[in-house]
Amino acid sequence: MVEVLTGTFTVKAGHAQMLKGGVIMDVVNVEQAKIAEEAGAVAVMALERVPADIRADGGVARMTDPQIICDIMDVVSIPVMAKVRIGHFVEAQILESLGIDYIDESEVLTPADETHHIWKHDYQVPFVCGCRNLGEALRRISEGAAMIRTKGEAGTGDVVEAVRHMRTVQDAIRKLENMPEDELVVEARDMRVSLDLLIKTKEMGRMPVVNFAAGGVATPADAALMMQLGADGVFVGSGIFKSGDPASRAHAIVQSVTHYQDAKILAEVSKNLGEPMVGISAKSIPEDELLATRSQ
Amino acid sequence: MEVGVLAVQGDFAEHIAVLSKLGVKAREVRLPEHLESLGGLIIPGGESTTLSRLMTLYNLREPLQKMAVEGRAVWGTCAGMIMISQEITENDPVPLGIMDIGVQRNAFGRQVDSFEQRLDIKAMGSDPFHAIFIRAPVIIRVGNDVEVLCALDDDRPVAVQQGNLMATSFHPELTNDYRFHSYFLELANGNSNGHSCGNGSS
Repeated sequence: MVEVLTGTFTVKAGHAQMLKGGVIMDVVNVEQAKIAEEAGAVAVMALERVPADIRADGGVARMTDPQIICDIMDVVSIPVMAKVRIGHFVEAQILESLGIDYIDESEVLTPADETHHIWKHDYQVPFVCGCRNLGEALRRISEGAAMIRTKGEAGTGDVVEAVRHMRTVQDAIRKLENMPEDELVVEARDMRVSLDLLIKTKEMGRMPVVNFAAGGVATPADAALMMQLGADGVFVGSGIFKSGDPASRAHAIVQSVTHYQDAKILAEVSKNLGEPMVGISAKSIPEDELLATRSQ
Repeated sequence: MEVGVLAVQGDFAEHIAVLSKLGVKAREVRLPEHLESLGGLIIPGGESTTLSRLMTLYNLREPLQKMAVEGRAVWGTCAGMIMISQEITENDPVPLGIMDIGVQRNAFGRQVDSFEQRLDIKAMGSDPFHAIFIRAPVIIRVGNDVEVLCALDDDRPVAVQQGNLMATSFHPELTNDYRFHSYFLELANGNSNGHSCGNGSS
């Protein structure tokens, strides 16, 4: 009998590689999930509330009702993801038991542990985690994350934080590529990451796992901007279903990620999309209400 | 000779990286005009519904079908295999109908059921091939002119060839083993090594 291996890091990270060049859309019900699939989303993130509503409602944001997640898994054939609170490993066990395709250990929900993230190696299901810089990303990968996304500032419709985080990551990788070997030990210590993973990143010249952009993407131009800055794909949260014409906008953002370097196509798909989500400037948010700073 | 990799979505960069290690510069194909004068095309892994919609929207279906009929090499991996099949078990996505096979999507279950396994594939030589299956499809019908290169222990085919056409359920582009890519380049060069059969062989 040939050995069959499941739940390996290769199949976890490999799944994210299949999502590259694609758009993952936040949805809160079956109807939205169908719209997302029809528009060409590569996956959906099943939520109870989109980040803009979580932000507006306040209170504690938790894992979505499993019934909603199961209903969405039943109606679409594309992968279904869902969020757990940072450090809430029981929420993760529950989602894994549902057969979810990817778990987002997300700062958008209220953290359950202010010190420790989930030890993600223990799971068959792969995890994606947010980051604001390379050190944060590599720490999450050490814990077992098979995919990374920028945090951005979710639920704002303001792309500025996603741009900042993507540029910060890419800048650190460029610096690393030119760094002599004898400086790597100190760099690893300063970044609080393992030397091995830092060397691997240097050798690859890129984030060692797939890296999507997230947090504030609201238009086809935003999505293409993130792609040109080096994202492997894009998460769109509130940007689609908080806009005037979700189906058209979803469709347009999918095309903008494929044709991110073709300004003529970007112009074409940006036409007549109706009102984008209203949005709030990330700068106007008080420090203690920022989501991105919720974990290190 | 130049080959292309369909780059509308999926792990096209991984295929291009392997081809580059084999000394072949590959072209990213997003629009019909990018197909011009290509010796062969790889349709990568990705989400088949996404690939299907973008191929329709940017008028890629007809030129891809024409390419296969003209005897140029086409290889689909995973979602790519779904796209080049004759039919699938669902109504959506709509495959290109290039290769005489029937395919079932997500045949092994969800992501937690994705797996790695070493397979013996005679056409690739005596060393087993490390195959990575991710939410993988499987072939459930094989036409008369289709040769099964590899099947699982339960006899379900996971790698097939029909003349200039090839399909794999798994992802050689995620490994450091370039035998499938070399084999594809031979097909694209018109040296199919005696493994081609039936119509369409060049």
